[in-house]
Amino acid sequence: MDLGPHANFIIIAYAAAALVVIALVAWILADHAAQRRLLADLEARGVTRRAKPPEAA
Amino acid sequence: MALTDLANPTRFLALTARLLPWLAALTVAVFAIGLMLAWWAPDDYQQGATVKIMFIHVPNAWLSMAAWALMSIASIGTLVWRHPLADVAAKSAAPLGAAFTFLALLTGSLWGRPMWGTYWVWDARLTSVLVLFLMYLGVIALWRTVDDPSRAGRAAAILTLVGAVNLPIIKFSVDWWNTLHQPASVFRLGGPAIASSILMPLAVMAIAFTLLFVTLHLAAMRNEILRRRVRAMWLMQAHAAQGA
Repeated sequence: MDLGPHANFIIIAYAAAALVVIALVAWILADHAAQRRLLADLEARGVTRRAKPPEAA
Repeated sequence: MALTDLANPTRFLALTARLLPWLAALTVAVFAIGLMLAWWAPDDYQQGATVKIMFIHVPNAWLSMAAWALMSIASIGTLVWRHPLADVAAKSAAPLGAAFTFLALLTGSLWGRPMWGTYWVWDARLTSVLVLFLMYLGVIALWRTVDDPSRAGRAAAILTLVGAVNLPIIKFSVDWWNTLHQPASVFRLGGPAIASSILMPLAVMAIAFTLLFVTLHLAAMRNEILRRRVRAMWLMQAHAAQGA
Protein backbone atom coordinates (compact mmCIF):
# COMPACT_ATOMS: atom_id res chain seq x y z
CA MET A 1 0.00 0.00 0.00
CA ASP A 2 1.23 3.48 -0.88
CA LEU A 3 1.02 5.79 2.12
CA GLY A 4 1.83 8.81 -0.01
CA PRO A 5 4.33 11.61 0.51
CA HIS A 6 3.67 11.80 4.27
CA ALA A 7 4.23 8.10 5.02
CA ASN A 8 6.85 8.90 7.68
CA PHE A 9 4.34 10.85 9.78
CA ILE A 10 1.81 7.99 9.63
CA ILE A 11 4.38 5.32 10.49
CA ILE A 12 5.85 7.33 13.38
CA ALA A 13 2.35 8.01 14.79
CA TYR A 14 1.42 4.30 14.77
CA ALA A 15 4.83 3.24 16.08
CA ALA A 16 4.63 5.76 18.94
CA ALA A 17 1.13 4.56 19.86
CA ALA A 18 2.32 0.93 19.84
CA LEU A 19 5.35 1.80 21.99
CA VAL A 20 3.27 3.65 24.58
CA VAL A 21 0.70 0.83 24.77
CA ILE A 22 3.45 -1.80 25.13
CA ALA A 23 5.13 0.33 27.83
CA LEU A 24 1.83 0.64 29.76
CA VAL A 25 1.19 -3.12 29.60
CA ALA A 26 4.78 -3.91 30.63
CA TRP A 27 4.62 -1.45 33.54
CA ILE A 28 1.33 -2.89 34.84
CA LEU A 29 2.57 -6.50 34.55
CA ALA A 30 5.87 -5.64 36.27
CA ASP A 31 4.07 -3.76 39.03
CA HIS A 32 1.73 -6.71 39.57
CA ALA A 33 4.65 -9.14 39.84
CA ALA A 34 6.46 -6.81 42.27
CA GLN A 35 3.41 -6.42 44.57
CA ARG A 36 2.76 -10.19 44.54
CA ARG A 37 6.42 -10.82 45.44
CA LEU A 38 6.29 -8.34 48.34
CA LEU A 39 3.04 -9.83 49.63
CA ALA A 40 4.39 -13.38 49.44
CA ASP A 41 7.55 -12.30 51.27
CA LEU A 42 5.59 -10.64 54.07
CA GLU A 43 3.19 -13.59 54.39
CA ALA A 44 6.14 -16.01 54.54
CA ARG A 45 7.43 -14.01 57.52
CA GLY A 46 4.06 -14.38 59.24
CA VAL A 47 3.04 -10.72 58.91
CA THR A 48 -0.72 -10.13 58.70
CA ARG A 49 -2.77 -7.07 57.82
CA ARG A 50 -4.75 -7.16 61.05
CA ALA A 51 -3.63 -7.06 64.64
CA LYS A 52 -3.74 -10.40 66.42
CA PRO A 53 -6.56 -10.58 69.00
CA PRO A 54 -5.31 -10.26 72.60
CA GLU A 55 -4.59 -13.66 74.15
CA ALA A 56 -7.06 -14.89 76.74
CA ALA A 57 -5.84 -14.44 80.30
CA MET B 1 -24.08 -9.97 42.99
CA ALA B 2 -25.09 -6.39 43.79
CA LEU B 3 -22.96 -3.57 42.37
CA THR B 4 -22.22 -2.41 45.91
CA ASP B 5 -20.52 -5.77 46.58
CA LEU B 6 -17.68 -4.55 44.37
CA ALA B 7 -16.88 -2.05 47.11
CA ASN B 8 -15.21 -4.96 48.86
CA PRO B 9 -11.60 -5.05 47.55
CA THR B 10 -11.28 -8.83 48.05
CA ARG B 11 -14.41 -9.45 46.00
CA PHE B 12 -13.18 -6.93 43.40
CA LEU B 13 -9.89 -8.83 43.11
CA ALA B 14 -11.69 -12.16 42.68
CA LEU B 15 -14.09 -10.80 40.06
CA THR B 16 -11.44 -8.97 38.01
CA ALA B 17 -9.14 -12.02 38.10
CA ARG B 18 -11.85 -13.91 36.20
CA LEU B 19 -12.77 -10.97 33.95
CA LEU B 20 -9.36 -9.67 32.87
CA PRO B 21 -8.24 -12.55 30.58
CA TRP B 22 -11.51 -12.26 28.61
CA LEU B 23 -11.24 -8.48 28.43
CA ALA B 24 -7.62 -8.69 27.25
CA ALA B 25 -8.54 -11.22 24.55
CA LEU B 26 -11.48 -9.08 23.41
CA THR B 27 -9.24 -6.00 23.29
CA VAL B 28 -6.68 -7.77 21.08
CA ALA B 29 -9.44 -9.08 18.77
CA VAL B 30 -11.11 -5.66 18.36
CA PHE B 31 -7.70 -4.03 17.79
CA ALA B 32 -6.96 -6.58 15.05
CA ILE B 33 -10.25 -5.77 13.30
CA GLY B 34 -9.80 -2.02 13.82
CA LEU B 35 -6.25 -1.98 12.45
CA MET B 36 -7.31 -4.04 9.45
CA LEU B 37 -10.19 -1.63 8.71
CA ALA B 38 -7.84 1.34 9.24
CA TRP B 39 -5.30 -0.16 6.86
CA TRP B 40 -7.89 -0.68 4.10
CA ALA B 41 -9.78 2.59 4.67
CA PRO B 42 -9.77 4.87 1.61
CA ASP B 43 -7.61 7.98 1.52
CA ASP B 44 -9.30 11.28 2.25
CA TYR B 45 -9.83 13.39 -0.87
CA GLN B 46 -7.96 16.31 0.71
CA GLN B 47 -5.67 14.76 3.34
CA GLY B 48 -4.67 11.64 1.47
CA ALA B 49 -3.34 8.75 3.59
CA THR B 50 -2.62 11.02 6.60
CA VAL B 51 -6.27 10.50 7.55
CA LYS B 52 -5.05 7.15 8.97
CA ILE B 53 -3.51 9.12 11.86
CA MET B 54 -7.06 10.07 12.84
CA PHE B 55 -7.80 6.42 13.74
CA ILE B 56 -5.39 6.66 16.67
CA HIS B 57 -5.46 10.41 17.36
CA VAL B 58 -9.23 10.75 17.89
CA PRO B 59 -9.71 7.71 20.22
CA ASN B 60 -6.78 8.87 22.33
CA ALA B 61 -8.20 12.41 22.47
CA TRP B 62 -11.61 11.06 23.57
CA LEU B 63 -10.02 8.81 26.19
CA SER B 64 -7.83 11.62 27.53
CA MET B 65 -11.04 13.41 28.51
CA ALA B 66 -12.96 10.27 29.50
CA ALA B 67 -10.21 9.26 31.94
CA TRP B 68 -10.37 12.63 33.67
CA ALA B 69 -14.19 12.42 33.77
CA LEU B 70 -13.88 8.97 35.39
CA MET B 71 -11.37 10.38 37.90
CA SER B 72 -13.82 13.21 38.68
CA ILE B 73 -16.67 10.77 39.37
CA ALA B 74 -14.33 8.67 41.52
CA SER B 75 -13.25 11.84 43.34
CA ILE B 76 -16.86 12.53 44.30
CA GLY B 77 -16.93 8.96 45.62
CA THR B 78 -13.82 9.69 47.67
CA LEU B 79 -15.00 13.00 49.11
CA VAL B 80 -18.71 12.28 49.63
CA TRP B 81 -19.09 8.54 50.22
CA ARG B 82 -15.54 7.53 51.15
CA HIS B 83 -16.02 4.58 48.81
CA PRO B 84 -13.18 2.09 49.46
CA LEU B 85 -12.33 1.74 45.80
CA ALA B 86 -12.96 5.35 44.72
CA ASP B 87 -9.47 6.77 45.23
CA VAL B 88 -7.97 3.47 44.04
CA ALA B 89 -9.90 4.00 40.77
CA ALA B 90 -8.86 7.66 40.50
CA LYS B 91 -5.19 6.99 41.25
CA SER B 92 -5.02 4.07 38.80
CA ALA B 93 -6.63 6.07 35.99
CA ALA B 94 -4.21 9.02 36.20
CA PRO B 95 -1.11 7.46 34.53
CA LEU B 96 -3.32 5.90 31.84
CA GLY B 97 -5.02 9.23 31.18
CA ALA B 98 -1.63 10.93 30.99
CA ALA B 99 -0.39 8.35 28.47
CA PHE B 100 -3.49 8.71 26.28
CA THR B 101 -3.27 12.52 26.44
CA PHE B 102 0.42 12.34 25.49
CA LEU B 103 -0.52 10.17 22.49
CA ALA B 104 -3.32 12.55 21.49
CA LEU B 105 -0.86 15.46 21.55
CA LEU B 106 1.90 13.55 19.75
CA THR B 107 -0.26 12.06 17.00
CA GLY B 108 -2.08 15.38 16.57
CA SER B 109 1.26 17.09 16.14
CA LEU B 110 2.38 14.47 13.59
CA TRP B 111 -0.89 14.95 11.72
CA GLY B 112 -0.68 18.74 11.94
CA ARG B 113 2.76 19.07 10.35
CA PRO B 114 1.79 17.76 6.88
CA MET B 115 -1.76 19.21 6.98
CA TRP B 116 -1.30 22.59 8.71
CA GLY B 117 2.39 23.10 7.97
CA THR B 118 3.27 23.18 11.66
CA TYR B 119 3.65 20.74 14.56
CA TRP B 120 2.13 23.10 17.08
CA VAL B 121 0.07 26.28 17.43
CA TRP B 122 -1.07 27.86 20.66
CA ASP B 123 -4.75 27.67 19.72
CA ALA B 124 -7.49 27.00 22.27
CA ARG B 125 -7.92 23.25 21.57
CA LEU B 126 -4.24 22.32 21.57
CA THR B 127 -3.44 24.53 24.56
CA SER B 128 -6.36 23.22 26.66
CA VAL B 129 -5.32 19.60 25.95
CA LEU B 130 -1.73 20.48 26.92
CA VAL B 131 -3.13 21.91 30.18
CA LEU B 132 -4.99 18.59 30.69
CA PHE B 133 -1.71 16.70 30.25
CA LEU B 134 0.03 18.96 32.80
CA MET B 135 -2.88 18.44 35.23
CA TYR B 136 -2.46 14.67 34.92
CA LEU B 137 1.22 15.06 35.80
CA GLY B 138 0.23 17.30 38.73
CA VAL B 139 -2.21 14.74 40.14
CA ILE B 140 0.34 11.92 39.75
CA ALA B 141 2.95 14.06 41.53
CA LEU B 142 0.48 14.83 44.33
CA TRP B 143 -0.23 11.12 44.86
CA ARG B 144 3.52 10.50 45.13
CA THR B 145 4.12 13.43 47.48
CA VAL B 146 1.77 12.39 50.31
CA ASP B 147 2.61 9.12 52.10
CA ASP B 148 -0.81 8.38 53.57
CA PRO B 149 -3.05 7.12 50.70
CA SER B 150 -6.30 8.40 52.26
CA ARG B 151 -4.89 11.93 52.75
CA ALA B 152 -3.37 11.87 49.26
CA GLY B 153 -6.70 10.64 47.89
CA ARG B 154 -8.65 13.57 49.36
CA ALA B 155 -6.11 16.16 48.13
CA ALA B 156 -6.00 14.59 44.65
CA ALA B 157 -9.81 14.43 44.57
CA ILE B 158 -10.08 18.19 45.16
CA LEU B 159 -7.47 18.92 42.48
CA THR B 160 -9.24 16.54 40.07
CA LEU B 161 -12.64 18.19 40.58
CA VAL B 162 -11.12 21.66 40.07
CA GLY B 163 -9.43 20.39 36.91
CA ALA B 164 -12.73 19.04 35.56
CA VAL B 165 -13.54 22.63 34.59
CA ASN B 166 -11.09 22.10 31.72
CA LEU B 167 -13.20 19.34 30.12
CA PRO B 168 -15.98 21.57 28.67
CA ILE B 169 -13.28 24.08 27.71
CA ILE B 170 -11.54 21.37 25.64
CA LYS B 171 -14.80 20.15 24.11
CA PHE B 172 -16.16 23.57 23.14
CA SER B 173 -12.85 25.38 22.51
CA VAL B 174 -13.28 24.87 18.75
CA ASP B 175 -16.70 26.55 18.91
CA TRP B 176 -15.92 29.34 21.37
CA TRP B 177 -12.67 30.50 19.75
CA ASN B 178 -11.25 30.70 16.26
CA THR B 179 -8.90 27.71 16.18
CA LEU B 180 -6.70 26.03 13.60
CA HIS B 181 -8.05 22.70 14.93
CA GLN B 182 -11.18 21.62 13.08
CA PRO B 183 -14.57 21.69 14.85
CA ALA B 184 -16.29 18.49 16.01
CA SER B 185 -17.02 16.15 13.12
CA VAL B 186 -18.40 13.03 14.86
CA PHE B 187 -20.43 14.08 17.93
CA ARG B 188 -22.28 17.07 16.49
CA LEU B 189 -25.81 18.25 15.83
CA GLY B 190 -26.93 16.88 12.49
CA GLY B 191 -24.84 13.72 12.82
CA PRO B 192 -21.27 12.85 11.83
CA ALA B 193 -19.69 14.80 8.98
CA ILE B 194 -17.40 11.87 8.07
CA ALA B 195 -18.01 9.35 5.29
CA SER B 196 -19.02 5.93 6.62
CA SER B 197 -15.97 4.31 4.97
CA ILE B 198 -13.79 6.34 7.36
CA LEU B 199 -16.25 6.52 10.27
CA MET B 200 -16.42 2.71 10.63
CA PRO B 201 -12.67 2.13 11.21
CA LEU B 202 -12.67 5.12 13.56
CA ALA B 203 -15.56 3.66 15.59
CA VAL B 204 -13.91 0.21 15.83
CA MET B 205 -10.57 1.74 16.84
CA ALA B 206 -12.37 3.88 19.44
CA ILE B 207 -13.97 0.72 20.89
CA ALA B 208 -10.57 -1.03 20.85
CA PHE B 209 -8.83 1.80 22.73
CA THR B 210 -11.74 2.01 25.20
CA LEU B 211 -11.46 -1.74 25.88
CA LEU B 212 -7.71 -1.27 26.31
CA PHE B 213 -8.32 1.50 28.83
CA VAL B 214 -10.85 -0.58 30.79
CA THR B 215 -8.52 -3.61 30.83
CA LEU B 216 -5.47 -1.62 31.92
CA HIS B 217 -7.49 0.35 34.47
CA LEU B 218 -8.86 -2.77 36.16
CA ALA B 219 -5.36 -4.31 36.19
CA ALA B 220 -3.86 -1.10 37.62
CA MET B 221 -6.60 -1.00 40.29
CA ARG B 222 -5.71 -4.57 41.30
CA ASN B 223 -2.06 -3.52 41.64
CA GLU B 224 -3.03 -0.52 43.78
CA ILE B 225 -5.12 -2.72 46.11
CA LEU B 226 -2.15 -5.10 46.49
CA ARG B 227 0.17 -2.12 47.13
CA ARG B 228 -2.10 -0.94 49.96
CA ARG B 229 -2.12 -4.43 51.45
CA VAL B 230 1.69 -4.48 51.37
CA ARG B 231 1.72 -1.05 53.04
CA ALA B 232 -0.72 -2.21 55.74
CA MET B 233 1.45 -5.27 56.42
CA TRP B 234 4.62 -3.18 56.64
CA LEU B 235 2.88 -0.92 59.16
CA MET B 236 1.75 -3.97 61.19
CA GLN B 237 5.30 -5.29 61.12
CA ALA B 238 6.67 -1.91 62.27
CA HIS B 239 4.13 -1.74 65.12
CA ALA B 240 4.98 -5.29 66.16
CA ALA B 241 8.70 -4.45 66.14
CA GLN B 242 8.07 -1.37 68.30
CA GLY B 243 5.98 -3.37 70.76
CA ALA B 244 8.59 -6.13 71.08
